[in-house]
Amino acid sequence: METLMAYVIGTMFGSAVYMLLRRSIVKLVIGLMILSNAANLLIFTVAGLVRGAPPLITEGLLEPATAITDPLPQALVLTAIVISFGVLSFSVVLIHRAYEVVGTDDLDKMKDTDT
Amino acid sequence: MSHLVVIPILIPLLAAALSIVSWRSVSLQRWIAIIATGALLLVSIALLQLTREHGFVVMHMGDWAAPFGITIVTDLLSAIMVVLTGIIGFSIAIYSLATTPEGHERFGYYPLMHRLLAGVAGSFLTGDIFNLYVWFEVMLLSSFALLTLGGERAQMEGAIKYVALNLFSSALLLSAIGLVYATTGTLNMADLGQKLAQVEHHGMVNTLAMMFIVAFGIKAAAFPLFFWLPASYHTPLVGISALFAGLLTKVGVYCLYRFFTLIFTGDVDYTHTILLWGAGVTMLSGGLGAAAQSEFRRILSFHIVSQIGYMILGLALYTPLAIVGGVFYIMHHIIVKTNLFLVSGLVYRLLGSYDLKELGGVYRHRPGVALLFLIPALSLAGVPPLSGFFAKFIIIRAGIEVSAWTITGIALLVGLLTLYSMIKIWVEVFWKTVPENVNTDRLTGAKPDKGLWLLLLPIVGLAACTLFIGLSGQPIYELADAAAEQLLNPALYIEAVLGTQP
Repeated sequence: METLMAYVIGTMFGSAVYMLLRRSIVKLVIGLMILSNAANLLIFTVAGLVRGAPPLITEGLLEPATAITDPLPQALVLTAIVISFGVLSFSVVLIHRAYEVVGTDDLDKMKDTDT
Repeated sequence: MSHLVVIPILIPLLAAALSIVSWRSVSLQRWIAIIATGALLLVSIALLQLTREHGFVVMHMGDWAAPFGITIVTDLLSAIMVVLTGIIGFSIAIYSLATTPEGHERFGYYPLMHRLLAGVAGSFLTGDIFNLYVWFEVMLLSSFALLTLGGERAQMEGAIKYVALNLFSSALLLSAIGLVYATTGTLNMADLGQKLAQVEHHGMVNTLAMMFIVAFGIKAAAFPLFFWLPASYHTPLVGISALFAGLLTKVGVYCLYRFFTLIFTGDVDYTHTILLWGAGVTMLSGGLGAAAQSEFRRILSFHIVSQIGYMILGLALYTPLAIVGGVFYIMHHIIVKTNLFLVSGLVYRLLGSYDLKELGGVYRHRPGVALLFLIPALSLAGVPPLSGFFAKFIIIRAGIEVSAWTITGIALLVGLLTLYSMIKIWVEVFWKTVPENVNTDRLTGAKPDKGLWLLLLPIVGLAACTLFIGLSGQPIYELADAAAEQLLNPALYIEAVLGTQP
């Protein structure tokens, strides 16, 4: 399972960077979305995938008897999802507004502020 | 007394909330801005004093002992950075009173400014790497909104570049944090300082180090991914430019200092050599880029990039003297660079442009303003006896001591390039006669300007700080020296946070 996930995450990072390098700002935002999801999946996967073992300790014991899922990475992913949701909603509004003001979605035509 | 350490984060957060509550009353928001940033400055000075007495101030959130809970911790470097945040926040709040148009104020200028300060202070004070990521995002999202406030064409174009690269860097940082957790099972910085040294897989540790270098390098605007900075920093209101110029990139530099003195110290030959050459090329590209510009704020933006190179150089040389120099440089740079942006805003107010071709004659009509430009400008270039001279002197001396001739040569050359850019601004804006068709009513005082003293007040204050660092540098040097000593003894930090000998 980990091997498969590694390939999936690798493909996601690759396609995200490809999208970031395109000229259209819509594709730029799609690239950012895939990138943040790839990062979340990465955290989730590298912490170890354990099936059907909730992080609960049987009554009377001080530590779990068998291997359990680590709950911390899931908390991290949850936080990261919320943050990326906020940031991406901002980006979507930004490109919409930029399209209205500049009148194009082509990054090659947005060179006013470059050197 | 250890509760004092969270107050610099709570004050701006509370001020942001209060400003949002008083959304309809702009005058109330202005008062909140002045009072809150002033309080931030006072509390941060008290925190610095406390840190000097005790060495470290540690607080575990919710009383969950490290490494399980989130730790908020200051050492001297963090405390110094928070004081600088207070100084810059207070200056910008005063400056904003007279320079922010009504429309910006109505659309949440002040709440966003407080959020930004909270994010910056949080990044400096946290002792947990995931918490650091969260503060980064708080800071970034406020900066996105501040950058686009006003919605002009140049702002939109600049913002797209700024947002894309910073989000890319955030994703990289997040991935690196996930991998660090998978490798060591901890997120606490002090605990990582211990545990990462025990990881047997050196390739993995170096990969992680590289990911952090790239992620923080983008935030600090280091070569090769610095171009979002000169593309965006000259587009927003000048107060916002000055706030960004002073604080945002320095958060990236601070994180590099923290990570590469505390956590990634196992393979210094490898990591710090990469930092060294990165620093060299950053200095050069910033200095050369500025030489090609003819817009006031754009020249200054490129010089942020070149100065970042000096700060990273201090870290990369990794000798006690070099770290002292780096810390000294950060203190000097934040004050001087913010001040230069503030002066550019003052000139804009007098003559209505940032383009060097449309400016002139300031020295003839207002010699005082010219003097106020000259102090930070010469300090940036490193002319004695101003603060920049000592900062550059320490770093270059440290470079000579370890016989790093090439990099020292680059640092000296870029000093000349900086001087060239500053002289260019001086000649164009201050010395030459006013071009025709330029309205000089405000410059000559024909049209009185009531709010001008609000612009002058922070500029004079920051110039006084520069002169103070230059003319009586000994206490500042001792402070930087003590901070560097702590940075080079990570065992002290680990012991203060975890309460055990490593």
